[in-house]
Formats: sequence, C-alpha cells, structure tokens
Amino acid sequence: MNAVLEVRNAEKRFGAVQALRRVSLSAYRGEVLALLGDNGAGKSTLVKCVSGVYALDGGEILLDGEATAIHSPAAARRAGIETVYQDLALFDNLTPAQNFYCGREIAFPSWLPRGLRLLSGRRMDREAAQVLDQLRVRLPSLDAPVALMSGGQRQAISVARAAVFARKVVILDEPTAALGVRESRKVLDLIAQLREVGHAIILITHNLEHVVELADRAIVLRQGRKVGELKPDRANQKDLVALIVGAEA
Amino acid sequence: MEEVATNRQGTSAASPKAEKAGASSAVKLALRLLGVGPLLILILLVAVISQLTPYFLEPVNISNILSQTAVIAIVAIGQQLVILTRGIDLSVGANLALATVVGGLVFRVADSSPLVMLAILASATLVGAINGVVYVYGRLPHPFIVTLATLSICRALELAIGHTTMRGMPAWVSAIGGSDTFGVPNSFLVVAAVALTALVLTKAMVWGRWVYAVGGNPEAALEMGIPVKGVLVSTYVISGFCVGVGAVVLAGRTGASSPLYGNLLELDTIASVIIGGASFLGGRGHFGHALIGAVMIGVIRNALNLLSVDVFFQMIAIGLIIVVAVEADVLRSRLEARARSLQTAATQ
Repeated sequence: MNAVLEVRNAEKRFGAVQALRRVSLSAYRGEVLALLGDNGAGKSTLVKCVSGVYALDGGEILLDGEATAIHSPAAARRAGIETVYQDLALFDNLTPAQNFYCGREIAFPSWLPRGLRLLSGRRMDREAAQVLDQLRVRLPSLDAPVALMSGGQRQAISVARAAVFARKVVILDEPTAALGVRESRKVLDLIAQLREVGHAIILITHNLEHVVELADRAIVLRQGRKVGELKPDRANQKDLVALIVGAEA
Repeated sequence: MEEVATNRQGTSAASPKAEKAGASSAVKLALRLLGVGPLLILILLVAVISQLTPYFLEPVNISNILSQTAVIAIVAIGQQLVILTRGIDLSVGANLALATVVGGLVFRVADSSPLVMLAILASATLVGAINGVVYVYGRLPHPFIVTLATLSICRALELAIGHTTMRGMPAWVSAIGGSDTFGVPNSFLVVAAVALTALVLTKAMVWGRWVYAVGGNPEAALEMGIPVKGVLVSTYVISGFCVGVGAVVLAGRTGASSPLYGNLLELDTIASVIIGGASFLGGRGHFGHALIGAVMIGVIRNALNLLSVDVFFQMIAIGLIIVVAVEADVLRSRLEARARSLQTAATQ
C-alpha cells in the first residue's frame, strides 16, 4: 500500500535551535500513527509543518506520492489535510453547524466573490446534524453557541469538523489532554471511527495507554530526531518510554 | 439569579442529576433574560417616563427623539461592526464633522445635491479606509491608536479648511435630514435602510459570518482560511461609510456644516453598542443592539430634558447605565462558564 502522506528528511530551524533534523515519516489510510516524544522533541513543529503553519527549511512533503508545497493552513486543508489543534480552533460565539462550515460556507450564487455570497444556513445545519449523528456525537443543542458546551463536546465538534472535510489525513494534537476519563473515551472512539472511514490519522499524545490501545504504529522523536519506530503493544510499552526519555531499556 | 435560588430549593428533594438539569435550565433562562434585558429596560424606561411626563408620548416628541437619535443610531451600526471584530473606531465624531465640512465646501462651489452627498460619503469612507489599512497593514496591535490619530487629524483638518460653521445645504440633503414622509421623519427612514442593509450583510452573507468568526477567534479564523485582513479593513470602511450617511443626515437637519459637529459621538456610539447588549469583547451582538442602545440614550436625554434635569445629570445617568451594561456582559460570560461546567457534569 502506498503512503498517502510522506515526509522526507524534514529540517526546521528556529534561530539557533534545530527543531527538526532529517525527520521522515509515512502515513497510510486506515491507520493511526502515533507521534511520541517528550516536550520540545519536535512533535508539534513537525505537525505544524505538515498542516501549513510553518514552512520547512529542508526536505519535502509528498501527498499520494507527489511533492506538494504547503504554504498555509488553508493550502493544507485544500490538499486534504485537516488538523485538530490543541486549542480546538472553535468559535465560541457560533453554533456547531456554523463552526463546521466556518471558512468554507455553503453559499450561492457561485459567480459572486466568496464573501458576498448568501449563506445556505438550513442546508449547513442539516448536513452538520447528519455528520454529528453518524459519528454518534451527542450535543445538548444544535442552536446554542459552542461556548455553552463541555470540553468533551467541544473536542468532539472539532474532531467531527476535521472528519467531514479531510480527504486524506487527520492530525490530532493531544485531543484528550484536557478531558476527563469518560469524555476521553468518547474522543478515542471517535478517532477509531475516523480510521474505519479510511483516513490516515496522526495522533500526538502523551498518554501511552491510548497509544497502545489505538495506534497501529508509533514514531518517537527526541531533540528533533527520529529515534525509533515500532508497533506499540503492552509488551513494548517500556521500550517506548525508554525511547521517549532517552534511557537504555 | 433569583430563578437559580428558587429552582435549587424546588428540586432539593430530587436526584442530583435532576437538580443539575434544573440548574442548567435556570442558567439558560438567566442567559436568555440577559439577552433581552436591554429591550426590557428600554420598554420599562418608556413606561416610567410616560407616567412622569405625559408629553413624552406625544407624536411630536417621539418624532423629535427619532430624528435626534438618527445620527447616533446610523453611526453606531457601523461602530457595532467594528466592535464585533474586537475593534473600536474612535474617529467617528471627527470624521463626521470633516465630512460635513467637505460637503459644505463643495456646496459653496456647486449647489448640487448628488455632488455634495457624494463628497460627504467619499470623505468619510476614505477616512474609514485609512483607519482599516493602517491598522491591518501597519500591523498595529489594536485599532485604538490609529483611530485616535485620525480623530486628531480630522479635527485639525476640518478646523484648517472649514474654520467655522457654514450655512446652507442643497435641497435633497436638507430633505433627508429635516423633512417627513407621511409623518415619519426621513432620517428615521435612513436609519431603517442602514439597519436593513446591516441585517443582510451580517446575517445573510458569508462576509457577515466571517465578521463573527474573526471576532470570536481571530487565530482560528486565520487557520480556517478566512481572509481576516480583508474582513477587518472592510469593517472600518463600512464604519466610515455609516459616518458619511450620518453626516448627510446631520448636515441636512441643521442645514449647515461645522468643524464642531460630532463632538463625543465616538462615546455615544460605543455606549449605544454596549448598552444595547453587544459584547465589548467581540463576536457577540448585532445591529439591533446598536439601535436599542442609541434609542435608549435618546430617550434618557429627551426625558431628562423634559423633566428639566441638569445636563450634567444626563451624563451621569448614561455613565451609570454603561457600567450596568458592562457588568451584564461580565455576568453573561460567567453564566456561560457555569453552563459549560454543568454540561461537563451532566456527561460524566
């Protein structure tokens, strides 16, 4: 099977700090790839390069085997890569459906410049409700602004939004970091569903339990280098920890 | 907050979960009340004042209030757009005066209504555009400073080129500001037209959704591919245009132009938006809030005039109402946080 996303020899510097040193990775459809590492290991930097927030200083990004320049978050999304940021990038003052379509509203007529088109509000409401239903996301109300919703519900809205628009890759940056046990559970189930649909999923997390449960493959970064790649299970959980902190197992 | 207390007592015998659901709906009710609060206060105000002074509800006086409020209302609708994006436009008063002065100068050369109106609108919109462009492309952290600068520059310019009040405005301009159509002041019709346009722009068009998105979460708006810079500049341009419309109405009503017009209009319009119930923190509110706030200010001034209360007390009254409105805004965000934690508790 061919990788839907491939990063080759990624290099990134911030002034004197070398954040990424010749890091390579491949992501495949229907697979959860865990990206592990201690704070400052380069996980977020790598992900931000793929999602268009940073530009690479060296190396290249291939989508379905073709080298692709990703200049901006918008370009990444156009290329089929959706990212769920740690801050969720939700609009507290908008409803779930409005959040879903923010920046890619369904509107008419198409000959007008995008900003001047008229919103198809009902259609967006209906389609958002459908998607949430498919993903078994339960929300107290679809008319209320997301400011009124719990951490887990907000996380679910953000993940569902990514799921709808992703055509290739969904990147999740610590999706359960701020959640309680029950709400984490729901988000993990949601990620498993995204895998079923056939997206390639890149998951950043500090929770090794989640990695063992969900990830098909794990890549470990340390000080900007890739130091290991393995298939995580109960047996090698200790090896993973050793790789992350840099101690001999 | 009273509902919350009674509700707690009412459900104290029930299960904790039912109690939480009760608390949650009480919080939602409180939020809804807060939403219609300004309108309720306005209605209450009108009821009380009409008891105190029967003249208040005379058609002549109502018409008076409407035409006096018109300028504030029109400019406040533009201000509302800017505040929605977490911004502020301090230049509206000075901009308005400059626009009338430019109109007055054009009138000296040519007694042409279209030409004078065009000059007024163009002058005000240009100042709005300068605000927006300098703020966004000058990468300023906040529009406070640039609009303060244009306030100062506009005031200086209008004194330099206008010196003093100039009498006379062409026929249509006077008609827009001063005449009635079937008993309704034309200026009120202008307010209605501006409000209707604002309604379509903000609620029906994609651009409006972007305005709310930028106000709600600027970083996320950028990540979602919204042209944030363009949206920001456009709100200042529209605010400038609204100032132009307000300038036409004021110049028409007074039949004159003056560098002294629009004094403290920035404060009246900001107060209107906040009193009307929009959030100063951006992302929440609509033109209706600006209208309610503007009418409330108009009503208070008019009533205190009718009751022959000193003008200083008018300013104190409006100041107090602003404090109440801002507190209501704070209370709203607290209630929202409470609703959120109740949600979390309900799903655990």
